[in-house]
Amino acid sequence: MKIIYYINQFFGNIGGEEAANQPPVIKEGAVGPAGGLENMLEGKGEVVATIICGDSYFAENQSEAKDKILKEISKYKADIFVAGPAFNAGRYGIACGSICQAVQEKLKIPALTAMYPENPGVDPYRKEVYILKTGDSAASMRKALPKMAEFIPRLLSDEEIGFPEEEGYIPQGRRVNIFSDKSGAVRAVDMLMKKMKGEEFDTELPMPVFTHVEPVPGIILDEATIAVITTGGIVPWGNPDSLKASNADRFLIYNIEDIDDLKEGEYQTVHGGYDPVYANEDPDRILPLDVLKELESEKVFNKLYNEYFVTVGNTTAVSNARKFGEDIAERLLNDGVDGVILTST
Amino acid sequence: MELKLGKVNISDIQFGEKTQIEDKTLFINKEELVEYLMEDSNIKSVEIELARPGESTRIIPIKDIIQPRTKVEGKGGVFPGFVNDLETVGTGTTYFLEGCAVVTCGKILHVQEGIIDMSGPGAKYASFSKMNLIVPLIEPKDDIDEHTHEKAIRLAGLKTAAYLGEAAKEVNSDQDEIFTYDPVDEAKKLYPDLPQVVYVNMIQCQGLMHDNYVYGLNMKGMLPGLITPTEIFDGAIVSGNCAAPCHKHTTFHHQNNPIVVDLMRRHGKELNFLGVILTKESTMLAEKKHAAEYTLNVAKMVGAQGAIISEEGGGNPETDLMLTCEMLEENGIDTVLVTDEYAGRDGRSQGLADVTQKADAVVTNGNGNELVKLPPMDKVIGDISAVETIVGGFKGSLHDDGSISVELASLIGCLNEMGFENLTTKLK
Repeated sequence: MKIIYYINQFFGNIGGEEAANQPPVIKEGAVGPAGGLENMLEGKGEVVATIICGDSYFAENQSEAKDKILKEISKYKADIFVAGPAFNAGRYGIACGSICQAVQEKLKIPALTAMYPENPGVDPYRKEVYILKTGDSAASMRKALPKMAEFIPRLLSDEEIGFPEEEGYIPQGRRVNIFSDKSGAVRAVDMLMKKMKGEEFDTELPMPVFTHVEPVPGIILDEATIAVITTGGIVPWGNPDSLKASNADRFLIYNIEDIDDLKEGEYQTVHGGYDPVYANEDPDRILPLDVLKELESEKVFNKLYNEYFVTVGNTTAVSNARKFGEDIAERLLNDGVDGVILTST
Repeated sequence: MELKLGKVNISDIQFGEKTQIEDKTLFINKEELVEYLMEDSNIKSVEIELARPGESTRIIPIKDIIQPRTKVEGKGGVFPGFVNDLETVGTGTTYFLEGCAVVTCGKILHVQEGIIDMSGPGAKYASFSKMNLIVPLIEPKDDIDEHTHEKAIRLAGLKTAAYLGEAAKEVNSDQDEIFTYDPVDEAKKLYPDLPQVVYVNMIQCQGLMHDNYVYGLNMKGMLPGLITPTEIFDGAIVSGNCAAPCHKHTTFHHQNNPIVVDLMRRHGKELNFLGVILTKESTMLAEKKHAAEYTLNVAKMVGAQGAIISEEGGGNPETDLMLTCEMLEENGIDTVLVTDEYAGRDGRSQGLADVTQKADAVVTNGNGNELVKLPPMDKVIGDISAVETIVGGFKGSLHDDGSISVELASLIGCLNEMGFENLTTKLK
């Protein structure tokens, strides 16, 4: 197993803060903690090269530094890339996370780093990179290196990597289904008993913080172009583009320039979360095209945008919904749309 | 108030001359049952299929699941207001067929029905795969509308369960459990020092085929109120709900409500169970506020200190769940919420449509977006083409060899929000 190792100027024995502007240099073999790690791997892994880069240099020249480092690494046919541990050193942590992510993405080599959970390098990179948990200072190096040595073979194994508390990494934010040894009902009563007695308990689902959208100031209607969007799943009859009934993976766009009314048998809903009877009888009940066309002809607003956007809000993951929203908004902004009516179900 | 529940174990089901139980086998007189169901003038034809644990069988599209039960002694009969006259139930003795359930099948909407696999990887998710299933496949008359269709299938399921339950009258139960419900004033005197607990049972009543029934009436528009735990065991709550199959409460779940069962078992020992507040999930914000406010009101009337709130379905019912949680917490009542998640196929998304920071104690029954591949089965009961339109399915779900790729959301009962199953999520 060939390993490439990344460390900063301090752990690379070049110097402290005064050497933080050191551009990346590559040294054959193991330097600093890389040597310690190699020893712990007991012959199972060899550090073929160590890259040393000053923290300030990396922070101030990120893309240049990354390009140079990636180019150097690609010369070796490494199996694993390791960076840090960075403990609570902020710039070093960000450099470790950033370079690990780039190595994984560009060179397809699995990467590992380690740092203190509050290091600012954790949040931007923990989703993609395995970051092992360490103490906040280099004093915990002795504890950190064995953990890294233990984890490295896990990255190359076909066996699935276990949960953070067993494997020692910082959670990547994926919720995974597992079977508990107790039913949900019994767990609920257990949890209530603990809560009522003032004992400690672990919620199974910490509440996320939702982003709130501030309403923008009103618009002048008689000059406005208005678009209509629905999450109610109204599509041409027969669902020609196969919009899903639940957990939508896309939104669709249909032209409505020459249509004044959505008629039964011509349009339908595919939404799997509500009774479709009334929507299919008159699809305008979900996507009020008839009324919008009337208002347009009465000049209540200037113009109805010539296409409508549709998706399905039924068990659709927020991440998908956010992506749809961003894509639709971009398109509407480019086309000079001033306002949107969004109908949900 | 006391209800004795007698368990009659069923290890096999067979068609036979007479509907009866012999050596733990339930024999079913198919003709008699079909004739009984055909009394409904809305039904064109009925087929009865059987499915047993371990068989290579897939059932789709499923509407409701009901446990056969019968009243052996005491007032009223099971499913009051539907199969039996409207009398208050919950006392005396009721027998139920353990390891056995009725599964109503047949197209209604083809978007909101579910799947059961009797073997393979799909069988590990919901308890129904481990039961002997009697499946009435019901074809409605051509000219009836969807709402009449839903009602006809709902009734047929209840009638089948009551009909099969009758067979238990002729045998002895294998195991009995007595559930005692003390009136609130007595319970307070008996157990003044135990935690005073209510269970808030939120059920969907949104019209549009997302409805549940209490003593034969739609819960829609009703004031939240108390119902005794033992009434629920006798089928006082019936599902008419055509919502996402993984997390709607089937009638079976109501009859066996696991939160009620666990609270009853701990009553007088660890806690004082004051009762079940039955409340509604409407689609209207005003009605959501109405339900949450009045749930708090009832909780205060009985002097609750803690509450478990279970959700039915997802999306807009999360607002009911969070509003009720907020109100109870703000009034000093400790809450635990029971829900499930839609966190995306990779589990990285926010899994709930509404939240409150007051919800600090939450039980989750899994992520419904997980994609699973289920192998082909030798036999399909129902219509496999439904897999591409039901919740959790998509165009491309059905593969040429008969295997299917679906999200867990399509497996009926697998994320049940009363916590009937053991599935949960963990952060990775």
